[in-house]
Amino acid sequence: MSKALSDRRKFILNMARGVGLATMSGFIWSAFIDEATAAKLTLRPPGALKEEDFLKTCIKCGLCVEACPYDTLSLAAPGDNKAIGTPFFIPRDIPCYMCTDIPCVPVCPTGALDESSVTTNEKLDINVADMGLAIVDEKSCVAFWGIQCDACYRACPLLDVAITIEYSKNERTGKHAFLKPVVHADACTGCGMCEHACITEDAAIKILPRDLVQGKAGSHYIKGWDKEDEKRLENAKEIKTVTEISKKTAVDSLNSNLLEDLY
Amino acid sequence: MKKLWNSYRYLFFRRFTQISLLILYFGANAWGWKMLQGNLSSSTILGVIPMSDPYAALQMLAAGATLATDLLLGVLVVTLLYFVVGGRAFCSWVCPINMVTDFASFVRELIGMNKLTGVKQPASRKLRYWVLGLSLIVSAIMGLAAFEFISPISMLHRGIVFGIGFGWAGVLIIFLFDLFVLKNGWCGHICPLGGFYSILGKFSLIRVKHNEENCTLCMKCKVVCPENQVLHMIGKKSLPVLSGECTNCARCIEVCDDDALSFSLRSMAQNKKTGE
Repeated sequence: MSKALSDRRKFILNMARGVGLATMSGFIWSAFIDEATAAKLTLRPPGALKEEDFLKTCIKCGLCVEACPYDTLSLAAPGDNKAIGTPFFIPRDIPCYMCTDIPCVPVCPTGALDESSVTTNEKLDINVADMGLAIVDEKSCVAFWGIQCDACYRACPLLDVAITIEYSKNERTGKHAFLKPVVHADACTGCGMCEHACITEDAAIKILPRDLVQGKAGSHYIKGWDKEDEKRLENAKEIKTVTEISKKTAVDSLNSNLLEDLY
Repeated sequence: MKKLWNSYRYLFFRRFTQISLLILYFGANAWGWKMLQGNLSSSTILGVIPMSDPYAALQMLAAGATLATDLLLGVLVVTLLYFVVGGRAFCSWVCPINMVTDFASFVRELIGMNKLTGVKQPASRKLRYWVLGLSLIVSAIMGLAAFEFISPISMLHRGIVFGIGFGWAGVLIIFLFDLFVLKNGWCGHICPLGGFYSILGKFSLIRVKHNEENCTLCMKCKVVCPENQVLHMIGKKSLPVLSGECTNCARCIEVCDDDALSFSLRSMAQNKKTGE
């Protein structure tokens, strides 16, 4: 028989066990949450904070879902593969119909749906909402084939602003026109009425979260032809980059065992 | 019949409250009722009085979210409510998981699981405070309200009101866990929300009080109690149940045939203690 443990040792062992188990479960828990919130293709209600802040702030109460008169919004249930309990919508099923009084936003108790982001001149303004951005797939959009269709253009609540029709000659027939829909990213709210209206089997125009679609040119690109943009040069500072140049002669490089480098 | 009513009256009231609340919440989403909108995380009464889960708000605070005024007001309302009716009154009178774990407990007794596993429970009831602390740490590290992403309570309640998806699987896990792994496992050992309300309940007004003079030591109360460590004074001393872990479910009151247990207010209970 081994000696009985002293109280002191028992205490230390129990504490160590507690801390060890907590660390273990903490990692499992964190890993689960990291995966569970990884869904990037979720469309949020109007006025939603940036995804990271939204997930932090949304209390998952569903008041926005209940406020929506069109049953557009749902709360993510287990199995939806979205951050559980958070509100989202699928425009192909039910788009956001852009109510002018935006009933879903003021009911939010936590500010995860931010009233100020959908307000202009102290009035609620759904037209500045940013739920996502419409993207046209030119391969499946029949307007790009030369078949006349302007379903998305007509469905757009910002008619002739967020989507315009671009005319060009159809060289294939020589006598017809292409009437191609063009989405304007600075006006599109991502309401999804275009995706809902699209006549193809699987929508040729789709709403995606904006940051997933849009790139970023970087601040060192300045539009010289744009007076406003060129103003950024006024505060520009010079940055010198130095590239280290090999001191060896070119002949050395040719004489080095190239094959050895390759294999 | 009278006897039957007497020994199940609080259970009936609890199930009535739990189910009525579920129906009101459900009706708000399904038919646009205004009485109780939202869910247990945050809701409004008649569209005016806000109510918010204080534990969820605490996690959000740990996660570094800015807490809005509406949210804080709701937290205040809920905290005051449970300060009066007893912290864990939430657990036994509101929480829908309570019906699941009570059922597991019932089946456990019915099929003799308790005899199979014996009296010794393989886990400490203090575990919930560890989970509570851990949830705040994970919230802080991940920048998200950690428990809200795994809570079977919200999963079930939200599921009933807004559509459950695979949430039933989460509820089944709790049921099987309580049935086969640990008696009173979820509610009595792990649930950090229960742990949170236990702490709140330490200060709450309505408490169960024991009158030792009437006690015949039948121990029915201890058998029926899901947190029987709080009944340590039974047959020993006339004391109120002061532990916050008591859920005020009142099962002990109704199974007692000797009128040795009753509800009372904290201050009155303490006066009795000092003999005033």
